[in-house]
Amino acid sequence: MFYREAGQYSTSYAQDRQLLTLRQDRLGMVVMLAVGFVGIPLVASDYWLSAILIPWLVLALVALGQNILMGYAGQLSLGSAGFMAAGAFACYNLILRVPGIPFLVAVLLSGLIAAVIGILFGLPSLRIRGLYLAVATLASQFFIVWALDKFGWFKNYDTSGIITAQDIVIFGHTFASPAEKYLVVLVIVASLTLLAANMARGSIGRGWMAVRDMDVAAEAMGLSLLRTKLQAFAISSFYCGVGGALFIFAYLQTAEPAAFSIELSFRILFMVIIGGLGTIMGPFLGAGFILLLPIFLNIFFHAVFGRAVDATITSALEQVIFGVLIIMFLIYEPLGLARLWQITKERLRLWPFKY
Amino acid sequence: MSMSENMSKKAIRGLVLRSVLAAGAALTAAAPTAALAQAQEQYFGVPSSRVGPFSAMGTGYYGGIIDYLNYINIKFGGVNGVKITYEECETEYNAARTVECYQRLLKKGDQKMVVFDTLGTPGAYAVIGRMEPDNVVLAQYGYGRTDAADGTVWPWVFNAAGHYWGQVAVQLSFMAQQEGGIDKMRGKTVVHLHIDSAFGREPLPAMREIAKQWGVRLVEIAIPPPGLEQQSQWLQIRREKADWVTFWGAGSGMNSTGLTNAARVGFPRNRMVYVTFGGAEEDMVPAGDAAKGTYVTANAMPGKSFPLIQDMEKVLYGAGKRGNMQNPERVGTVYYNRGVGAAVMWIEAMKNAQRIHKKVGKTVTGAEFRDGYEALDITDAKLKELGILGMSAPFKMSCAKHDGAERFRMMQWDGKKFQILTDWMAAPDPVFIRKLIEESAAKYAAENKITPRKC
Repeated sequence: MFYREAGQYSTSYAQDRQLLTLRQDRLGMVVMLAVGFVGIPLVASDYWLSAILIPWLVLALVALGQNILMGYAGQLSLGSAGFMAAGAFACYNLILRVPGIPFLVAVLLSGLIAAVIGILFGLPSLRIRGLYLAVATLASQFFIVWALDKFGWFKNYDTSGIITAQDIVIFGHTFASPAEKYLVVLVIVASLTLLAANMARGSIGRGWMAVRDMDVAAEAMGLSLLRTKLQAFAISSFYCGVGGALFIFAYLQTAEPAAFSIELSFRILFMVIIGGLGTIMGPFLGAGFILLLPIFLNIFFHAVFGRAVDATITSALEQVIFGVLIIMFLIYEPLGLARLWQITKERLRLWPFKY
Repeated sequence: MSMSENMSKKAIRGLVLRSVLAAGAALTAAAPTAALAQAQEQYFGVPSSRVGPFSAMGTGYYGGIIDYLNYINIKFGGVNGVKITYEECETEYNAARTVECYQRLLKKGDQKMVVFDTLGTPGAYAVIGRMEPDNVVLAQYGYGRTDAADGTVWPWVFNAAGHYWGQVAVQLSFMAQQEGGIDKMRGKTVVHLHIDSAFGREPLPAMREIAKQWGVRLVEIAIPPPGLEQQSQWLQIRREKADWVTFWGAGSGMNSTGLTNAARVGFPRNRMVYVTFGGAEEDMVPAGDAAKGTYVTANAMPGKSFPLIQDMEKVLYGAGKRGNMQNPERVGTVYYNRGVGAAVMWIEAMKNAQRIHKKVGKTVTGAEFRDGYEALDITDAKLKELGILGMSAPFKMSCAKHDGAERFRMMQWDGKKFQILTDWMAAPDPVFIRKLIEESAAKYAAENKITPRKC
């Protein structure tokens, strides 16, 4: 009843090609953007903005980058945290060393720097596939973090090897409060998501999917594997780089290379798998699940049990429950949370009527 | 088959939905009770780390803190009548989770957190920039950012139990003592074997300078986290013909692995000096006999001989069992006593704040608490009164000097417990260490356009 497309016809090609063809979807998107841009900054507390929403948006962006490479182009890669580190340290150094560089330009450039590194480490993908490629991309993870650790220049020779992010200044205004930072992150993430959605359904995305489904066939049909694969690596690393810069500048404020460990790469991988491979919405849902569920469980246990149960036991229990939930989701919905949403939409077509 | 599958699917979805609703209800219910709280309460945030490789450290340290807060409530009815409340949050010793915990703990009802203690250098770095705008004291207790000891640049950050630069200077001076004097150190090889993180690298600036002065050959060897794989590093130590090793490990897994590896390559344990955060019973016991003879630096003495620890055990672990430690045997261990020491400073700072700002019997704010922490003057007489004489080093804070006790004691593991070898030892050249701190802080201030305050 709520999701009926009956009566909605496309009368022009432009209408047929639009991003959200259903009126309900368009309406939902408008409401969501209104809530995101206006409602949340007005209502949400600093805790929600700075500890939940900002990291969620940033990690969703990184997961989106990972999904372009893994879900759309089918190149299993494990280096996303490395590219994040590249973006983060590039942004820090650009602002430090290029006087008067605007923040948004610095973020864009750090994404491009990460993209160049991504192309370099994407080269092995032309020869090897699948799990072997994953092992090869591990090199990027370790090499980038090692290089940032080894050479003091990247950290401006800080004695303890930690960088402190500069203020976010756009058009002379310093974005310091959590709400302001949230808006900066939201604008960047929303526009890059729109870009990704359009790439994914256009010729670029079709090229990725063709390579993913069978690269020999794709090549036989005239698709350049070199271009398509490296393009996927570049765009994915760009997203990771921008995400890494935002992770430091809008969220953590300080960073050491070791923070971008292989563990973070794995977490991003899980976000993509749990959210749904080859979807735009999946990374957002997956990032929410992986990032927020442990926090939610921790708050829940402290609120329900309080001091009655030893905190050591509840802390361990949280990890157990988190693990069990991941397994459960993968058993019941191997296609991820995005698929769950799709099923819900299909059900809503009829609900609450049977036929 | 499909029928039962559907049933179980439904059941699980229902279960998930119900628990989500329950948690939501619990969250909303928690807020009003906090708002109803009496005015005369002081709220503390406890960002504990109870799971993961660093759990031994986190459970002991935060257990000690929570026990002391409860002890103050039970024994004295709070601080001058102000009851202590606290809220806990799990950081997993992870910088990102520490930031989340910091934001979560920051406010509780109409109360605001006054002090934060991350028990970890990565976590301390992650929140250090938030202290001044939020008016929260970062009480690093023997860890964290060293140059924060300069109170002119870092008014909100303290280090009451010594920092890593002072500690490494004490370790080198202990080595010199064993060798028979500083001049005997010339030409010796010291390996700094450390976990590859901010914590592991923190002592290096001071260490390099001292090594240069003394003519010591310093070799830096890093172990990637979590540090359970150290074989190649130990072979390298063998190749370098090291005379001494300073070991900066994190987590009992890494620390005990270091000892067993040393035993395997035959490196004498009484040539190894462990950092404060690797030198506890939980780090030594898993290595068994391999740990025998290891030297450890300490800023809090283990043992139950101190009147305060004895009384806490009686009050909290006697009848009623109100203690926080899952295993009461761990009361009086290194990490536990260090946590008690940290919490004692919180309470003393709060008392100072009440006195300075004429708010005895009232809740204090972050700014008042900061003044109280800066006014800490812990003499031997004060330590005796508190019942921890000999457990912590005496110290005095000032406006410019935020690094409290710069003294450590050396201990040696005898296979069962720690034998205390020395009295409180200071760095051989404290003026030099102070100069390094001020230079580093000045560089930070210049980079971040901070005007140091006048003292």
